[in-house]
Amino acid sequence: MSANHDDHHDAPDGHGRALRLGIGGPVGSGKTALTAALCRSLGPSLRLGVVTNDIYTTEDADFLRRAGVIDPDRIMAVQTGCCPHTAIRDDIAANIDAVETLEERFGPLDLVIVESGGDNLTATFSRGLADRQIFVLDVSGGDKVPRKGGPGVTSADLLVVNKTDLAPMVGADLTVMSRDAAAVREGKPVLFTSIREDRGAHSVAEWVAGIVESWRHQHSHSHL
Amino acid sequence: MDGLPGLLLLADSRLPAGGHAHSGGAEEACRIGAISGPEDLARFLRGRLATAGRVAAALAWSACAAADAESAWRLLDAEADARIASPAQRLASRTQGRLLVRTAKRIWPSAALAALARAVPDGAHHPIALGVAAQAAGCTPHQAAMAAAYTSVTGAATAAVRLLGLDPVTVHRVLAELPYDSVIAEQHDWSALPAHAAPALDLLAEQHLRTEVRLFVS
Amino acid sequence: MTKALVRARAILRTGLDDRGLTRIETMRSDPPITLRQTAPGEIHLVSTGAGPLGGDRLRLDVEVAEGTSLTVRSIASTLVLPGTGRSLMEIHVYVASGATLVFAPEPTVLAAGCDHRMTTSIELARDASLFWREEIVFGRHGERPGRCHSRFDATVDGHPLLRQEFVVGDPETDASPAVFGTARCVGSTLITTETAAEEPKSEPREAEVAEGVAVLPLAGPGTLVSALAADAVELRHRLSWGESRVLP
Repeated sequence: MSANHDDHHDAPDGHGRALRLGIGGPVGSGKTALTAALCRSLGPSLRLGVVTNDIYTTEDADFLRRAGVIDPDRIMAVQTGCCPHTAIRDDIAANIDAVETLEERFGPLDLVIVESGGDNLTATFSRGLADRQIFVLDVSGGDKVPRKGGPGVTSADLLVVNKTDLAPMVGADLTVMSRDAAAVREGKPVLFTSIREDRGAHSVAEWVAGIVESWRHQHSHSHL
Repeated sequence: MDGLPGLLLLADSRLPAGGHAHSGGAEEACRIGAISGPEDLARFLRGRLATAGRVAAALAWSACAAADAESAWRLLDAEADARIASPAQRLASRTQGRLLVRTAKRIWPSAALAALARAVPDGAHHPIALGVAAQAAGCTPHQAAMAAAYTSVTGAATAAVRLLGLDPVTVHRVLAELPYDSVIAEQHDWSALPAHAAPALDLLAEQHLRTEVRLFVS
Repeated sequence: MTKALVRARAILRTGLDDRGLTRIETMRSDPPITLRQTAPGEIHLVSTGAGPLGGDRLRLDVEVAEGTSLTVRSIASTLVLPGTGRSLMEIHVYVASGATLVFAPEPTVLAAGCDHRMTTSIELARDASLFWREEIVFGRHGERPGRCHSRFDATVDGHPLLRQEFVVGDPETDASPAVFGTARCVGSTLITTETAAEEPKSEPREAEVAEGVAVLPLAGPGTLVSALAADAVELRHRLSWGESRVLP
């Protein structure tokens, strides 16, 4: 049921464990769809685990299990008691426990994705939980969202703007979004995607594969 | 007085030990209409304090006062098991205990916390974890029991505020008026520790696990 | 005017006869408790006099010897009445290896103004079987109950199995949705069965829950059926349902 609490898990330097990737963003922007897409694209080459932070019971976890993109046992659901941002930022204990349980059961793993519950533009992951984070927006929220910034948009290692296929319908100007995002993010990457059309979110998957590779280089178990 | 900062940190709902996701039966009680306003909530919390809170306080007192030995932790953990009839509540208690030990080990590194983690690897019951963490933080057994009594009701109170949109000031007034001291007593004989049962909490905990839409773990 | 305080002790012990059948070795009792054998290995508690009344101190010792079976029932419910001070009912039980005890008396009814204390301590050998039902009714019809504090301790082979206390008649907690809610009766049945342990290790036992009743597998070798109800009939119905889930 639980992770064993060997002290190396407490080591903050990340040696000997998987990269922990947080995926956050507002409700409905496509976090679960992106998680599924990454499992589809990366599953064949990387050893994966997924932690979902569900608002209700285990609905996101169930969605992923039904999608059949990953062994259902490698998905763990964390409940957040009405406060999804608390569980990824202020009190990460249950998420750490879930991540370590996955590593304990299926390890060694290359990548553990922690998908946050849908929240607002201020929600970001604690560095104690996620080594890297992706923030997912969608075009239907309006093309002004990147300009408004907020910690998720400005500080995430990757900003993903999803549902580009809807842009003409909602009158969102992708050029404006791209320009504004570049301005507030000081050069950190932004990718546009439509997971409905590209079910593997290949550009995002490629970025993730890159950070997993460099994590592995930095944190390999050379001393063992 | 030395243990006071430790007591404040342990009793603070912001302690990053996973407590925020547990409602102590309050979510299910709200769902079935047993809690619908501040008066029901006050009765719920008084009952919770007098039963689960009293037992938690006694276990925390005992854990804080105990000398560190893995065999002792297993013995006390078995006494906790015998006082929690509902498997759903035992699971919630162990989950919170496991997370608390993990957190406390990094805040107050101590041989006793390490021994507790070894003695009960799936997670000691929460009040025992709290008592040992309190010991590591320099608290007295009375302070450990106070933290246990207090946290036995705060999670449920906060959950009701979130779920029903109750006025948080009214709810804090309820919390301020609860008789915490009345459930705290010096403890010696572990087999004779208080064992006040709350059949309604048992039913709520089991129903909650089987409810389709839930926001809280317990 | 008031009755003299009663101190009564009843003792019940089983043994095996020449043919290997259970026989009652010892059966001693004083009023207001009277023990009566109603069948081989079956005893009824017969109340001969009112009470317990406040101030009474009653004690029952039961010892079920190795390989024997005993069933204890009662003819009628026990009405706990007020008197001079607190009444006490103390039960001590030992169930030996391979022995079976079924203890299922009628409910204890807490009349207005009573002040009652019940303690039950049960020691079970590792492979003893127990069926122990306890029902408490909060007052006669339409009556506010007096006070009652019960404590139940069961150990198996020296390890704690179940420890439970109930406090009835405290306005602070009686109507709490966390404790008894709107119920007027509380009951529980503790079941440990050696037969279950003989079967090949099956799936872990699952808890079950229905209206006002839960079947709760304990951490140790036993299951508790716990119920709340509006009246004694409903309570028995709910407990029986739960018991049937454990002992089909």
